[in-house]
Formats: sequence, structure tokens, C-alpha cells
Amino acid sequence: MTPVPAANPLLEVRDLQVRFPVRRGLFTRARAFVKAVDHVSFTIQPGETLGLVGESGCGKTTLARAIVRLLKPAAGSIWLADEDIAALSAAQMRARRRLCQMIFQDPFSSLDPRLTVGEIIGEALEIHMTTGQMVREALEIQRLGAASAYRHRIAELLAIVGLDPAQAQRYPHEFSGGQRQRIGIARALAVEPKLIVCDEPVSALDVSVQAQIINLLQDLQRERAVAYLFVAHDLAVIEHISHRVMVMYLGKIVETGPAKSVVQTPKHPYTQALISAVPQIDPQTRRPRIILPGEIPSPINPPPGCPFHPRCPIAEPRCRTEPPILREIAPAHWASCHLAK
Amino acid sequence: MLEILNLQIDFASGGRRLRAVDGVSFSIAAGETFCLVGESGCGKSATALAIARLLPAPPAHYAGGAILLDGVDVLRAGRRQLRGLRGGVVGYVFQEPGASLNPVFRVGAQIKEVLKLHRPDAATDAEVLRLLKLVGIPAPESRLKNYPHEMSGGMQQRILIAMALAAQPKLLVADEPTTALDVTIQAQILDLLKDLKQRLGMSLLLITHNLAIVGEIADRVAVMYAGQIVEIAPARALLTRPWHPYTQALIASVPKLAAPGERLRSIPGNVPALDAMPGGCRFHPRCLKAQPDCRLKKPELIEVEPARWVRCPYWNTSPPSPS
Repeated sequence: MTPVPAANPLLEVRDLQVRFPVRRGLFTRARAFVKAVDHVSFTIQPGETLGLVGESGCGKTTLARAIVRLLKPAAGSIWLADEDIAALSAAQMRARRRLCQMIFQDPFSSLDPRLTVGEIIGEALEIHMTTGQMVREALEIQRLGAASAYRHRIAELLAIVGLDPAQAQRYPHEFSGGQRQRIGIARALAVEPKLIVCDEPVSALDVSVQAQIINLLQDLQRERAVAYLFVAHDLAVIEHISHRVMVMYLGKIVETGPAKSVVQTPKHPYTQALISAVPQIDPQTRRPRIILPGEIPSPINPPPGCPFHPRCPIAEPRCRTEPPILREIAPAHWASCHLAK
Repeated sequence: MLEILNLQIDFASGGRRLRAVDGVSFSIAAGETFCLVGESGCGKSATALAIARLLPAPPAHYAGGAILLDGVDVLRAGRRQLRGLRGGVVGYVFQEPGASLNPVFRVGAQIKEVLKLHRPDAATDAEVLRLLKLVGIPAPESRLKNYPHEMSGGMQQRILIAMALAAQPKLLVADEPTTALDVTIQAQILDLLKDLKQRLGMSLLLITHNLAIVGEIADRVAVMYAGQIVEIAPARALLTRPWHPYTQALIASVPKLAAPGERLRSIPGNVPALDAMPGGCRFHPRCLKAQPDCRLKKPELIEVEPARWVRCPYWNTSPPSPS
């Protein structure tokens, strides 16, 4: 069920830029910059899933980290619940973290191996709900003491993600990859965020476990109206879970629109090639393969004009000099290509 | 040209011996593309490495069975024979190209190293260039002196394929060769493998967990679960009419592009640990069609139709309707 677009988006990113300096040696001044995120703008509505897809070096992971302010953007604004968090200090950001949490790709390195699972999930509660009083109030449980309310909440979160609450005393290494990912989700849910940024949350999992985690994320969205920025490279997963999709290439958005629309009628030649490259189980659904020549260029030195033109099967002379802008090609479906229609 | 008969491989772990590969049998004909599919820990990589006896033993122990590679029993061959087989009859390509290439040698030199070992008369720059062209590397002259880190992942994988082909093997074993690559590069590499197979008449054993890759490239497929093969069939037949409940569940749990569907059918539970194998059928605790005697009787791999094998006595039944 697609959420009805609200007047006020939950997240609005305007003209975001994230750059990394490239230094030749340890002590030389930066001569060049990698424009990892290059003038990116988009919105996410409450309760919606925006899928973000692209290949290596496109900037999707950098964008995801910038949204939760694990990185500081060079320019642009990130409006989260009517406040621009792009330039806040670390201390100021801490309070805003209740709204926006993150789930990471690697279930093995994203959990502190020296804390029990209960402590990992509870850490968020400790930081954001400073007294047992607040926890009790939040849960409307007046009879319990502070420590019990805390334990109750942790048990509740473990149950929500499909784990046995009795396992709160165990350490991460005692769980499988899929279970650790569930713990990461419980940790993200602890503070009841409105937006969760998911950075390739199922890529490191076995196929049969991926389905469990994808179903869990969808159930949680239905029950709690939480929005997701879902970063992945697997187009089928993205299409399945997203309401809208954004495709990135070399730091820029090249196409964005409703998930079905982008995947079934892609307008940008890069998206078309990407989708045609996805291997298909069913031969009936296979479309002619568009093989892109060459490699993805280095983001330090992107090509002039349209960044995709050296590999584009339909490039024209103007593509080499004039950078395209995002145009609305079909209802709510935008592409950054001079020739898209 | 490859025949694996009842292969059994144990691994020593903490004083115990755990059976990672339990009675695996299949064969690959000349010029055929065979896919071995399964999730992590099912034993597919161990089986693949065993073909050239590449598993370090200890901790591995070849507990039983035979592997006939071009007529030679690999598990009983002498060192000299093995050296000839490795590279000369069977070549390997692995998942992480960056980890397989020596970072301190130029790629041209690494390819030449293979030539010196197996075809010393052909160990020339000209032959290296020919191989680079064969695997589709543009402007190969400029690449001869590159170090691995100067190339992208897709290029590195092509170099590894060139190295594997340098010795002109009859069988190429590729273990998840495209998993670490972007999807557009993956498409290039799969196309390359298909093209090479056709041009060189080489057999290909491709190991993957991605059923869609199977659909694109395989002639025949074997599905592994917990150290055993549970189904063997021609690729098209397996993907359109899977018989084993695990294969069916696996296919149902994969999101497919442009296919409608509200909810993925996930497989409950987890793959069993090697030291905690369920009694009877290994899949029964997670199986939708499980019957009472699945807990007690170990099913055999049976050829139900020509070229279609399945390890389940109830493959032909429907699952009980959801309550």
C-alpha cells in the first residue's frame, strides 16, 4: 500500500554535496576532490521506503551516511522533521538521533562483541531516555522500577524482531548472521525512530535468510509507519521493498520515480542497462542484454558533460559538453538525460 | 570428463571430525556448464576444491569416495600427476580477484608464470597478449605492466580467467566468480564465460548461491544442502519445476524483478550446524511437506526421471494447506 504523500515530507535533502579530498602524499595539500555526492536533492514521506541503487563508486553509501550525519556534508541541507541537520555539531546531533537510525551491512562488525545483546539494544535507551522515569512513562507502565522497565523494553524489542527475549544475556558471536541483523534492527527500533537508513542490510546474508529480514522490515513498516532509505545493489530486492527508487551514478541522481515505473519502464540509458544486466531465473522475463562498454570511471575525474556519456549507447555530441538536469519524463518519474522520453 | 563418486570430506574441529561433504556424486561431460548451488556452509566450495585435491589435509580429511578427472583418480594420484592436473586439466577462478592476485607482481608476469609451468614453449609476451585479448581486456599492450591494484575488480577477474585458461584446462571451476562484482560487470563476465566455453569447448563448473545466474548460464544444476546433494536436473527444468522442497523454498524466497508479490516466502529456521544434524532427512525441521517418518528415515538420491534426481520420497506430493 503506497502511503499518501503528506504535505510535509519527513526528510528533505536539498542540493547535498559530500566531498573527500585526494592527497598525493601524507603532507601535501589536497589537489583534487572526489565528489562522492554531487548536488543531490530528494524527499522521503513518512512511512515510505525510498530505494537507493547504484554500483560501486556511485555515492549511495556516502549519501546514506551523510543523512544520519556520520559524515559532514560540504554543502546543502538535510531537513529532518522541519530542522536542517546538515551543519549541526555532534552534541546537537545526539538529540536528533532519536528520529533517524541506521542498520548496517555487515552483521559481524556492526555489533560490539564485548557487550551482551541486551546491552547493545539498551545502549540506545540509555543515551536517549536518561531516566527510568522516562522509560516507564513511554511504556505507560507505572508499577515497574527503572531497571525492570528497561529490561521489559529490551525483551519487547527482541520479541518484535523475532528473537527469544531470554537470549538478551548472550554475546553477538553466539548468533548467526541473520540473527545478528535482527539485533541491529532491534537496536535501531529502540528509540522509535521515524526514519531508518538501511545500508545494504541483506547483502551479506544467505538467500533464505534475506527473505526473513525483508519480510520483517516490511512488517515493521506496516505496524509502525517508519520510513526507510534502503540502499542496495540488488535491483530485485529494491523493487520488492521500495515505493520509490533513486538510481545514482558517479555521485548524481540519474533517475527517480515509483519503483515499478523505474524498473519496468526505465527512462535513463544507465538504468536500462542496469536492469537488463540483472540475471533472471525465468527466461520469459528476460529482456535483451545491454552490455555497457568499459568501466565505471573514477569519481575523481568524472567525464565532462553527462557523466555517463562515454559508456552510453545513445550518446550524442551534446552529451559530451552539456550536463543534463533531472526532468519529469512521466508522472512523478524523473530522469537526467537529454534524450529520455 | 569429471566424475565424482560418493565423495566424503571431514574437517577436524576441536578434537572432533565433522562431515562437511557427505556422499556427493555427480558428473560433468565435456563442454557442459554445470552449476552447484547452495547456501553458505552446504559444502559446495569444499567439493569444488577437492576436485584438484586443494583442501589442506589436515584439517580436511578425504574420508571416502573417488574423483575421476579425465580418467585419473585425484584422491589417489601421486604428487607428479596432481601437478600436471592442476592447471593443465582443471583451472580455478575464485570469488575475490584482489585476494587471488599477487600484489607485488605485474599481471603480465603472473600470467607468464602459469605458462612457464604448463606450456613453457608458449611462455612469451605474444601468448600473454593473446590471452588478454581472449578475455576481452581492451588495449592489452598497455595492461601487461600493470599491477593488480591498478585495475578494477572486473578487470582483475578477467586476468584470473586468463591465468586459468593459460594452461588450456578441460574444466574451469569458478567459485562465486561474480559475487564481488557490480551487476553490469557481472553481466560482462558471465557473457565472457559463455563465449569462452563455446569457443574452447571447455567444461565449466560454476558454484553460486544465485539462482538467477544458474538460469542464465547453466546446462545442468545440482542443489546442495547440509553437505548433501538434494536435487540434480537440467537447469530449465529445475527452475521452472523444482521438485525438492528445499529447492522450491529457495526459489520462492528470492525476489524477482518485475514480478508481483506482497510477501516473500521465507524458509523458517536456519541451516543446521555440522555437529547438530537433524536425524532422518536433514531438511525436515524446515520442510513444509515433512511427514512423520522424515524424522527417522534418511532419504536417498533417486533418479526419478532420466537426468532428474531428487532426495525426497514425497517430492510428488503437495504441502499441507495452511491452517
